[in-house]
Amino acid sequence: MRKLLIMTLLFVTTLMYAAPKYGGVLVFGRSGDSVSLDPSHATDGESFYGSTQVYDTLVQFKLGTTKIEPALATSWKISEDGLTYTFKLRQDVYFHQTKFFKQKVQFTADDVLFSLNRQFKKDHPFNKVGGSYKYWGFMDMSNIVKSIEKVDLFTVKITLNKKEAPFLANMAMDFASILCKDYAFSLLKDGKENKLSRFPVGTGPFVFKKWIKDDKIIYTANKEYWGGKPYIKKLILKVIPNSSVRAAELKVGSIHVMDFPNPEEIAKLDADKNIKLIKQEGLNVGYLALNMAKVPAFRDVRVRRAINYAINKKAIVDAIYAGFGKVADSPLPPTMWGYNKNIKHYEYNPEKAKKLLAEAGYSDLKFDLWAMPVVRPYMPNARKIAEAMQADLAKVGVTTKIVSYDWATYLDKGRKLEPNGGYLLGWTGDNGDPDNFLDVLLTTHAATIPVSNRAAWKNKEFSDLVAQAKTTTDVAERTKLYEKAQVIFADQAPWVTIANSIVVEAVRSNVMNFKLSPMGKRVFDKVWFDK
Amino acid sequence: MLLKYYYTLGVFLFSYIIKRLIWTIPTLFGVTLMVFSMVHLSPGDPAVAILGDKANAQSVKELRLQMGLDKPLYTQYFIYMSNIAKGDFGKSATSFEPVLDEFLDRFPATLELASIAMIIAIIVGVGAGIISAIKRYSIFDYASMFTALAGVSMPVFWLGLILIYFFAVKLGVLPVSGRLGYEFDIEHITGLYLVDSLLVKDYAAFWDALKHLVLPAIALGTIPMAIIARMTRSSMIEVMKEEYIKTARAKGCSRFQVVVIHALRNALMPVVTIIGLMFGSLFAGSILTETTFSWPGIGKWLVNAVYQRDFPVIQSATLIIATVFITINLLVDLLYAVINPKIRLS
Repeated sequence: MRKLLIMTLLFVTTLMYAAPKYGGVLVFGRSGDSVSLDPSHATDGESFYGSTQVYDTLVQFKLGTTKIEPALATSWKISEDGLTYTFKLRQDVYFHQTKFFKQKVQFTADDVLFSLNRQFKKDHPFNKVGGSYKYWGFMDMSNIVKSIEKVDLFTVKITLNKKEAPFLANMAMDFASILCKDYAFSLLKDGKENKLSRFPVGTGPFVFKKWIKDDKIIYTANKEYWGGKPYIKKLILKVIPNSSVRAAELKVGSIHVMDFPNPEEIAKLDADKNIKLIKQEGLNVGYLALNMAKVPAFRDVRVRRAINYAINKKAIVDAIYAGFGKVADSPLPPTMWGYNKNIKHYEYNPEKAKKLLAEAGYSDLKFDLWAMPVVRPYMPNARKIAEAMQADLAKVGVTTKIVSYDWATYLDKGRKLEPNGGYLLGWTGDNGDPDNFLDVLLTTHAATIPVSNRAAWKNKEFSDLVAQAKTTTDVAERTKLYEKAQVIFADQAPWVTIANSIVVEAVRSNVMNFKLSPMGKRVFDKVWFDK
Repeated sequence: MLLKYYYTLGVFLFSYIIKRLIWTIPTLFGVTLMVFSMVHLSPGDPAVAILGDKANAQSVKELRLQMGLDKPLYTQYFIYMSNIAKGDFGKSATSFEPVLDEFLDRFPATLELASIAMIIAIIVGVGAGIISAIKRYSIFDYASMFTALAGVSMPVFWLGLILIYFFAVKLGVLPVSGRLGYEFDIEHITGLYLVDSLLVKDYAAFWDALKHLVLPAIALGTIPMAIIARMTRSSMIEVMKEEYIKTARAKGCSRFQVVVIHALRNALMPVVTIIGLMFGSLFAGSILTETTFSWPGIGKWLVNAVYQRDFPVIQSATLIIATVFITINLLVDLLYAVINPKIRLS
């Protein structure tokens, strides 16, 4: 009896110790400011960092995974033919009340229709407001969606033109965030509709308070959040462009979570006992695309395989990714469902490379290596990677020249298939669906200028498999198709796949429960401070 | 007699200002034409730059249409200039907010930092320059001129990082970066934190804002400080050699009178010109200082606009900054004319 009492007491005290505490101001130090707080117009990660605090979507990704769970929609039915999606909406959810919008408005189907139709219907009063709806365009939504209808106050029916298995995942993306129709129209009435992207009103865990451009965005906790009131009282997103300065702020404690630490600083941060590292395998891939449109040698599969054998990928990951990455063999990262590890691997083998080149008749090959000047989540230092590749290729008799342009020009020329050789780039998944990688980056239709298929690789078998995988929502069936596609990819080697990076964030030791999302979101509603 | 003096001075200044203002119009026209051509003729499609690595054919086409890029260049220029005449500086192609609003959001930060940096630079620079000139070839002279040389040679961001590391991280007496600690919130009246905090009598916030200004102002002011110090020193040495100085000493004037009243007034003239030019260039925003100290000014904004090919921002921001620069130069020239009668008479 006594033993039981002691055990219970111990159990209860441990629970109390581990229980989240309310309170505190959390400052998140990031490298750049948001451009817009309207997620349907923005395309950059920093903008989404800002809008995701305020808005919800119909469905969302379970934090830390690519699995879909209910959010503003509590349940959904997909018709037999895969063309109709019926969403049942969450009741008793209200939009934020702020200094600039004092009304209490309940979330209903009208808000869903407003948020999506403004991006879709050319005659919608908000279609021309705030610029173009870029992600709606990127994801080809106007060709996929036929109509969005209100069935009743809490039911929405979306009909598609064709079967599109990734559609549900698309609805979890930032561009599909739900805005407040009443707020938008009250702004329109006052002629202030452009303020929609500057003063957001949503249903999310944090309420927008103030935005000082290039400095900080301030939020307060939404006490009535349907997902549970956040533990922290106030959230501040602070802009600190220089990563060494950002690390210094974390060390002195004026910020509590630091975005994108420099790989070279990570060891020092880890050594600091007031700081801990949070790691997550990124849903991304870094690669060297071999432009077949410009370089005739690349049209010979032996040459492409030779280049793959010639490059020491492991050395690159160890040295330049500072160990925060894994060598990639597939365009899909291992964390993505549908990933196939049973495909051809190109281990480092310069002898084999030389042999293949000689066989193909290209013992004296010359081409350019394009490297971008900016840091990307999938590639911390493209220039250094190009230099490593240059050295590796020289050993097998290939001469290369490193070429670079400013980011805008780099992308532009890549789209026009101008690179006379290999082109370094990468991709971060948008919606946790393999289609988002394979269809966008490697199919034949993506090889028409302006391309996103930077190798200009046109393989009918591969493209057919990917197209077929769109037509069914059965994950097992789709997985089989994607696995077959990856086998073809590895065999034909249009790219040198380099790495899947590991995203690292540094936080103060007393910040609890901060998890990273594979899609690159930064969410704080379940984070708390342990004093 | 005095009245007549002030009257002629007034008439002169008035006609001088009118003449200068008339000249600014073609100057500003030239600036807009030059910026417009440079921006539009440089490689890289702005629509692709804005959309980034996810752009596809459809979205690029739509954005180009929206930005008016499908029209011939001279039409685009004409539309732009006629809008300026109406006071419409256009909308940023990235944020879709009016360029003027975006500018005014960030300008007070640059203004405040540039002003404090210049005040420090003038006080320390002129002071060190005068003392070095008087005590020529002394240890103080060598030390201060060496420091000036070092200051001009050091990269600003490197100096900034050293200052941060030493004073903020190691000693912990000053904040790392930014304009204000997260515990404070100053209501926006002018946008100048020192002014606004005093207006609402929030002394804790005033003190915090001041602490945040110290390191970036030192970093930003180092080069102007060095130039002013050297300029003052050489100018003073030149002036001290003049005949009228010897006359003043012969008349029995005290050392102090000689230095301050006679020598300085004349020595400062070239220094005033330099100060004006440097103040003007600091106003254009210092991207390096702003990036290092997370200072939300116009420098970073403009450079980002160039990378993103945000044409409306590039064109209008450059125009506004050119106007500010020209105004400052005008004021400096006026000051010069007031101090130096020789200029007026010519």
